[in-house]
Amino acid sequence: MGFFNYTFDWSVLWRHPYGGLLINGILTTLHLSILAWMIAVWLGIAIGVFRVSPFGLARFTGSAYVQIFRNTPFLVQLFFWYFAAPLLLPKPAQEWLYDNVPNYSYWAGVIALGTYTASRVAEQFRSGLLSISRDQYRAAYSTGLTTFQAYRYVIVPYAFRIIIPAFTTEFLTCFKNSALTMTIGVMEITHTAYYIDSFTWHGLETTTAASLVYLCIALCVVLFMSFIEKRIYIPGMIAREQ
Amino acid sequence: MDLNVISINFKFMIGGLFLTFELALMTMGGGLLIGIILAMARLSLRPWLYYPATVYIHFFRGLPLILVIFWIYFLSPVITGKSLEAFPAAVISFIVFESAYFAEIIRSGVQSISRGQTMAAHASGLTAYQTARYVVLPQALRNMVPSLVTQSVIIFQDTSLAYVIGLREFLRRVNLVDAREARSVELYLFAGLVYFAICSAGSLASHRLEKQRERSCH
Repeated sequence: MGFFNYTFDWSVLWRHPYGGLLINGILTTLHLSILAWMIAVWLGIAIGVFRVSPFGLARFTGSAYVQIFRNTPFLVQLFFWYFAAPLLLPKPAQEWLYDNVPNYSYWAGVIALGTYTASRVAEQFRSGLLSISRDQYRAAYSTGLTTFQAYRYVIVPYAFRIIIPAFTTEFLTCFKNSALTMTIGVMEITHTAYYIDSFTWHGLETTTAASLVYLCIALCVVLFMSFIEKRIYIPGMIAREQ
Repeated sequence: MDLNVISINFKFMIGGLFLTFELALMTMGGGLLIGIILAMARLSLRPWLYYPATVYIHFFRGLPLILVIFWIYFLSPVITGKSLEAFPAAVISFIVFESAYFAEIIRSGVQSISRGQTMAAHASGLTAYQTARYVVLPQALRNMVPSLVTQSVIIFQDTSLAYVIGLREFLRRVNLVDAREARSVELYLFAGLVYFAICSAGSLASHRLEKQRERSCH
């Protein structure tokens, strides 16, 4: 036995039905992580604003959220949303869920990934908000804007542009974390690679392919975002890496 | 809510924490060691050290940990001819993966030390190795302690992924108990609470260290 006893069979990547499965896996990974990302951005921005708001209760809620979601493993959260959350619903809602949502694992994955990533986005967003000089707030208030308006029209748009690089990193983390949804049975790319192995014993090839998919998509996102960054950065406000 | 299910199975589940800690500690040790080597290679001016280390770091930072576990799991029979036990497979995957993250922390820690220090060390006649060993690393390590603690908390959480290859660490045991007792709400809240208690202690320590360092700098 040894290295040369393994015969590579790359055709497993396109042979029927495995080729189709892999394509489906890639698509599932993509739309799952994009949906989760949308939740994460909106929720994360709200919580980030909560964390710096002048109201004690809002600050407490915001930091409790971040602490809870950051100090428990994502896998535990995923299991909670998948196994435990439906049991907390009232009986009729539970039955409706089991009858009408056959791919509940997918939605549990979206919610878990979205709420988890939101806690990370919130932290990035908060540090973005804190990096804005106090003068901006003062200027906004002195022109007669209310607190909400000041955030909505001055602070948030500013902060958003400052933290684009950090958001890129967080999106990629979200994208990679989507692989964990395989533990609750979502057929994303990692799960598909593993699944094909159980029929063909060619896990090495499929895992290689899955790795390349992750790396290629990450590369595309990084290139695209550096293009966006160049278009919208605020001169003098981003400490760019030399 | 039925908290009995937790007290009955408490010992079994908490027993899994030993394995969780074992995994985490071995990963931290191995990851730190390889991370230092990788960071040194990445800071080196020799291309045959710089490029492999850079590729390694970017490669593993671009992959999900779960995929790295499968890699090791599928690759090892090809190389050795027999499959790897779950425990070594998990430890190897964790070290391979986390060392890329450690390397980046260490690299930025080293780069935070001003060039003047290195120049002064060279001027006083120290070799490159001595400069790293006695001048740069002691200062750099102190600067990166908070980030290293944060990364250790992440590693502690990441050990739950050993679940996928069947290791009976804490989360797996909770999962097994749930399979028998069907009390998901109580059990997963309990699991979350245990992780939360341990990880917040780590996060708090990291926060304190960061504050301390900031104070000592000014």
